[in-house]
Amino acid sequence: MVDYATLKFIWWLLLGVLLIGFAIMDGFDLGVGMLLPFIAKDDTERRIVINTVGPVWEGNQVWLILGGGAIFAAWPALYAASFSGFYLAMLLVLAALILRPVGFKFRSKMPSERWRGNWDWAIFFGGVVPSLVFGVAMGNLLRGVPYHFDSELRAAYAFGLLDLLNPFALLCGLVSVAMLITQGALFLAVKTEQPISVRAQGVSRVSALVWAALYVIAGLWLWKSGYGLMIESGDSPQGLPNPTAKIAIAQSGAWLANYSRWSCTMLAPACGIAAPLLIALFAKTRARMGLMLLSSLGIAGVIGSMGVSLFPFLLPSSSEPSHSLTVWDASSSERTLGIMLVATALFLPIVLAYTAWVYRVLRGPVTREYIEANRETSY
Amino acid sequence: MNSTHLLDLSRLQFAATAMYHFLFVPLTLGLSILIAIMESVYVMTGRAVWREMTRFWGILFGINFAMGVATGITMEFQFGTNWAYYSHYVGDIFGVPLAIEGLMAFFLEGTFIGLFFFGWDRLSRRQHLIVTWLVAIGSNLSALWILIANAWMQSPTGAHFNPDTMRMELDSLRDVIFNPVAQSKFVHTVSAGYVTGAIFVLAISAWYLLKGRHIEIAKRSATVALSFGLAASLSVVVLGDESGYTLTQNQKMKIAAIESEWHTAPAPAAFTAFGIPDSASHTTRDRVQVPWMLGLIATRSTDQEVPGIFELVERAKVRIANGIPAYTALRALRRDARNEEARQILVAHAADLGYALLLRKYVDDPAQATPEQIDHAAWDTVPAVGPMFWTFRVMVALGLFFIGLFVVGFVLAARRRLLNSRVFLRVAFWALPLPWVAAELGWVVAEYGRQPWAIAGVLPTFLAVSPIPVANVALSLTGFVVFYSLLAIMDVYLLRKYIRRGPEAVPTHDPGSLPSGALVG
Repeated sequence: MVDYATLKFIWWLLLGVLLIGFAIMDGFDLGVGMLLPFIAKDDTERRIVINTVGPVWEGNQVWLILGGGAIFAAWPALYAASFSGFYLAMLLVLAALILRPVGFKFRSKMPSERWRGNWDWAIFFGGVVPSLVFGVAMGNLLRGVPYHFDSELRAAYAFGLLDLLNPFALLCGLVSVAMLITQGALFLAVKTEQPISVRAQGVSRVSALVWAALYVIAGLWLWKSGYGLMIESGDSPQGLPNPTAKIAIAQSGAWLANYSRWSCTMLAPACGIAAPLLIALFAKTRARMGLMLLSSLGIAGVIGSMGVSLFPFLLPSSSEPSHSLTVWDASSSERTLGIMLVATALFLPIVLAYTAWVYRVLRGPVTREYIEANRETSY
Repeated sequence: MNSTHLLDLSRLQFAATAMYHFLFVPLTLGLSILIAIMESVYVMTGRAVWREMTRFWGILFGINFAMGVATGITMEFQFGTNWAYYSHYVGDIFGVPLAIEGLMAFFLEGTFIGLFFFGWDRLSRRQHLIVTWLVAIGSNLSALWILIANAWMQSPTGAHFNPDTMRMELDSLRDVIFNPVAQSKFVHTVSAGYVTGAIFVLAISAWYLLKGRHIEIAKRSATVALSFGLAASLSVVVLGDESGYTLTQNQKMKIAAIESEWHTAPAPAAFTAFGIPDSASHTTRDRVQVPWMLGLIATRSTDQEVPGIFELVERAKVRIANGIPAYTALRALRRDARNEEARQILVAHAADLGYALLLRKYVDDPAQATPEQIDHAAWDTVPAVGPMFWTFRVMVALGLFFIGLFVVGFVLAARRRLLNSRVFLRVAFWALPLPWVAAELGWVVAEYGRQPWAIAGVLPTFLAVSPIPVANVALSLTGFVVFYSLLAIMDVYLLRKYIRRGPEAVPTHDPGSLPSGALVG
């Protein structure tokens, strides 16, 4: 039987798995959405682009919904404080994610050019807004956000949407955009034929370089700025979750401390840099599936490096560091974590298996002939 | 003042987004099964008309499904954004069915819905049929888990309060899943979805039959809808009755409000078919009563009483008084977790802690509450009697009308007189919006009737809300209403367009009639 601390740690890993799963799978759709207005030159090309993700976006988006549900169940304090604290940012993401499914479904159901053009932009915003906002949110975690709890663990926040839009966070937002554009472009390179696939390869080379460059700059910025939190006392991994019982302090360089403590964690940022560089180098080759795997590995590296830097913090508080939520004091009860672990171990492999089967059935590029033969029923 | 605005706007936003979401959910539940039935007939008989039916209703299903997904995302996130303290307080229990819903149901329907639309030429008939059933099963499983979560709000079981973490924690997932409220609610709600799907198919088929268009498809669709709808509408009412019975066991106040029964009547209680509830004077005027009915429905006996509102308010006062020591002990424990005396007091009174929290609306420390404040708090446990009384009656009347509609239609179809019964076809067509009205009213009864509680007896709604700027909630509420309304208008417009064009819009080539081996992979 695993003890409470181990359960919390496993759930921290699973949180990472879900976020990475979302970024990889829905990353295709978000990236394709961002590229839609620029990479396709006529209506049929635009329909080709949309139909590459048409049959799979619904399943991909479930990664996000499951992420929300899993945070609710496994990290209720984190779910409560972050979703309400980032209220308007969450709202922007919601607006984008509401617009996107409807856009896919409604766009080609009317012949009007204006109708279709407007929906193309809606799908574009549906891609760019979540990509940017999620990156910005990550950036703000690294700077800490001002909030604290009262004695009954009710959160109070002292920040609005504009406070979130600081230069460092925006930089992180751009890393996320470049990363997901790369993911989308590489997906298009696999799922389309010339000329779209060639354009997509060109895009992926540029966006991968931008991704690597911005990621390195963000890393240097983090190192130079020297902000970070560390736990001084009282946050027992085995303890009952109570986010106000510990003492945490600001400590220069604390966000980089885990890398020297466990040197194997250097693998995460290494993947985050090496993967995009390799993609840029081999963008024009025929190893398209390999590039997509590489890009997924890079995404895992970037998100993994976020987690390693913050660990054990989940939501650092800049105004009241001792009230920050951590892996040890924001989780749900031992019983709930255990039940959820069993449920995940049972169902996630099944989900992965049938998702793989669906991609296999749908394999092969979306062609001009296909769109023209299915004018009425394709997206 | 500001905090009442925040609470009202937050509640309004949740109600609005949930009701928008439930415009699309019941049709997804019902139509997914109807389509799967139609496709099963196609695979069994190999007749192309059933395949055309599947594809035609499938297009309408898809337009509706996209809106269901779009409005559903908001629901998953809204507990965190707008009900932060709720999420903290009960996430340990409430989050579990939500997460399992994602793992078990959303992935299933979300992954296979794409293949339903894009897999016709890539799958064998049998494989495609399996995909269609998986979508239908996924949709219905998601209803199961979300209703388990909702039932826990109505009747929290299998959990206890933990003062060290300042929240409710899970004792038994089995109790949460096999909560009797969850079981009856699930079957009642999915049956209502099946009725909605059946009336949707029936009404549109009736319109085609009246216009003399697509006779072959419309007549078969109507027959499927009538048989399915008849079974479903009977099930809605039977399980609605089961809900009424479990309600009596768990939420006595809700049933007293629905019946606007101010004073406990001698058993067996009469059912008030008509009346004008007056919340100011605590009376119901001009009552028309059916003797014995309520006692039989609510208690399934002739000798048990159904307690009235006045009596339940008195019981609430007792529970508030009993909860105050629990709250005082909790405060002491938050200051010093080693205070064993306080811990024992809290354990002894924990069942009524939620009732003491009701006083927080009037006084910061419930121990200082005056008798008037306790009186106010006890009367707060009474939901809005007038709206409960009426929404419930309109919902039940609609439910009975649906049974009548399906019975008549079923008899006509069995005697092969459906095509000539223009009056029935007209009634069936105009019945189109009614299942939505009934479903939304059902949620009003269930959730408005849950007030003042977010979690019945555990957490009052006014404590559950996120402490965010009221302007942000005003902004988001306006945004949701405008945004959803525009999308809903477009949705209805597209549905209308495809209904007017009819099944002929679907390409008639039938790759399913090729040898199935050629289609695999």
